[in-house]
Amino acid sequence: MSTAHLPRTEAEQLSGNPAQRVEARHQQGAEDASREVLQLLAPDGGRRQNSTFSPFAEALSSAQLRQFYRDMALARRFDQEATALQRQGELAMWVPMVGQEAAQVGSGRASRPEDYLFPTYREHAVAMTRGVNPSQLLGLFRGVSHGGWDPRQNNFHLYTLVLAAQTLHAVGYAMGVQRDRAAGLTESPAVLAYFGDGSSSEGDVHESMVFAASFQAPVVFFCQNNRWAISVPFSVQSRVPLAQRAAGYGFPGLRVDGNDVLAVYAASQWALEHARSGAGPVLIEAETYRLGAHTTADDPSKYRGSDEEEQWRLRDPLLRLETLLRAEGHADDAFFDDLGQEGDQLASDVRREVLAMVNPDLRASFANVYAQQHPLIAEELAWLEEYEAGFVTEGE
Amino acid sequence: MTTMTIAKAINAGLHRTLSEDPKTLLMGEDIGSLGGVYRVTEGLKAEFGADRVVDTPLAESGIIGTAIGLALRGYRPICEIQFDGFVFPGFNQITTQLAKIHARAAGQLTTGVVIRIPYGGGIGSIEHHSESPEALFAHTAGLRIITPSNPHDAYWMTQQAVQCPDPVIIFEPKKRYWLKGEVDTEQPAADPFTAQVLREGQDATLLAYGPLLPVALAAANAAEQDGRSVEVIDLRSLSPIDFDTITESVRKTGRLLIAHEAPTFGGLGGEIAARISERAFYSLHSPVIRIGGFHMPYPVAKVEEQYLPDIDRILEALDRALAY
Repeated sequence: MSTAHLPRTEAEQLSGNPAQRVEARHQQGAEDASREVLQLLAPDGGRRQNSTFSPFAEALSSAQLRQFYRDMALARRFDQEATALQRQGELAMWVPMVGQEAAQVGSGRASRPEDYLFPTYREHAVAMTRGVNPSQLLGLFRGVSHGGWDPRQNNFHLYTLVLAAQTLHAVGYAMGVQRDRAAGLTESPAVLAYFGDGSSSEGDVHESMVFAASFQAPVVFFCQNNRWAISVPFSVQSRVPLAQRAAGYGFPGLRVDGNDVLAVYAASQWALEHARSGAGPVLIEAETYRLGAHTTADDPSKYRGSDEEEQWRLRDPLLRLETLLRAEGHADDAFFDDLGQEGDQLASDVRREVLAMVNPDLRASFANVYAQQHPLIAEELAWLEEYEAGFVTEGE
Repeated sequence: MTTMTIAKAINAGLHRTLSEDPKTLLMGEDIGSLGGVYRVTEGLKAEFGADRVVDTPLAESGIIGTAIGLALRGYRPICEIQFDGFVFPGFNQITTQLAKIHARAAGQLTTGVVIRIPYGGGIGSIEHHSESPEALFAHTAGLRIITPSNPHDAYWMTQQAVQCPDPVIIFEPKKRYWLKGEVDTEQPAADPFTAQVLREGQDATLLAYGPLLPVALAAANAAEQDGRSVEVIDLRSLSPIDFDTITESVRKTGRLLIAHEAPTFGGLGGEIAARISERAFYSLHSPVIRIGGFHMPYPVAKVEEQYLPDIDRILEALDRALAY
């Protein structure tokens, strides 16, 4: 039976198990130079060589390599704790990022403090590399805040829930950086715009890349292709690796193994430097995998096979870096044991801080609708005050 | 005092803004060498350069979204949307992002983006070129919306919008771009977020804004011939709405007519009618009457004169109000 007339997903359902399809795609990628996936740390923990990118990884000290592992391990522990908090009814929702630690830590650690990062809503590990207190990431999900941290403090913007909207904000911000540089007001920061494979279908991603290319804005588009947009597989978003799309806009596209923290770090360093130097934008597609649900509201077993997840567990970003750390003598058992305890402490702190979050007063929501006094806000707040005061009087 | 058209007044206001504040820049389609399809930005690129008067790619979401990013970096972008009906590709960025960033950031961030939108009908154009979508934006908290009706206001409200820390949409009455009037470049216009009584009267209050002001004033003059005294208010600000000025007028006249080009159903006239009936119920001698467009897509140009509120429809509404 020909499957050519079927939508891609249905055709795929008829053509073997998902894990095989994932493997086949990787095999194909390795064979096709135009689709080459940059890898500096293989799943077996061995280093791979690349003339352009290896120097970035080889410049990393033992301490930096341990830092990468520590970042990933603490982020994973934090993520597990947040999931537990949601299951216990303490968060309305959680968006787990387990599996994507390397893509996030590698890119976050490649950025400099003066760079400005625009996340989606899953960049928990990136936030932690930028120094955001992880508990602050949970206010949004607990329903006590729409944000939760001061974006200017760590140059890490608020999460954006409308898909891809932030990619345009990033490009505009980068256009502002260009003007600041021209006016001699700043050194050369770059801007990092995060989005996912699902978002890549949104018009705003296209428009952001058109604007970035037109004005040669110092922005790096960082796509975490985690293969699934809730229940819809990547094959429905794109027929080609997303990195290839960059060529259509006229700037470089890099396809990296998103579970290889060294490759992600090297590619991000290269791309950020490219942007800082005034050479224009870069798109990085980090191929990774969301091991858990899209959010705690969905059930991956409804839309994908557990064998696919198992296949990706073999590519776990933490395991392969642990192998490298041990093989090259950067870390020993004590390091990993201590880190386990540190993670438990972090989780305990996060739990305590989240449970201590105080529900805001609705009156506070009136305060920042506008920056300048607005008569309707004043009128409606006055009405609310009077209405609620009436209850108090009746109760007394 | 100098006489100029509304289009020239906006151009002069933008020129002064660009001169005085290096953080301001204009963004839009065809606003540079061409000077905009209505020539409102004519000559500005030649004087201030392509980095201050930016011809953008043809992408409305891109214009608004990048303007938000520029504002986050401390710039004051003034965006032009070429026509009212083409704002919708940027609607998402305006309503879900621009309007909410200050609140989402608990006041830590402001995005003082200005969006200029030529709007309204009566120019004999084809579809999507004559719409009045102001209510769709006024319904969104976080946005401010103003609409000038004369050159003096146009000159000053453009500059005042840039001074406001909140996002401001300026709906420019494109049919009136060539309306001439005096502009006092020394004496600023009134607070842009207030209404102004343009003509005093005793028997009824007639509220209008933007393109309908000349029609409203002509209707009031015609009514005067019949011995009826009509007070005319230029609303000027569609969000916030200056209900105090309207209420005060209605307490005096006892009747309120609201004229706008947008469809009456779900329009700002309904909101104003409801608020005024709450605020001045015992002062009203008749129901608040709305005069506006019909519940249909903006009609083809050959019949738009029947669609748009005119003097006769306003006078008919006045007759009904006075019959109570």
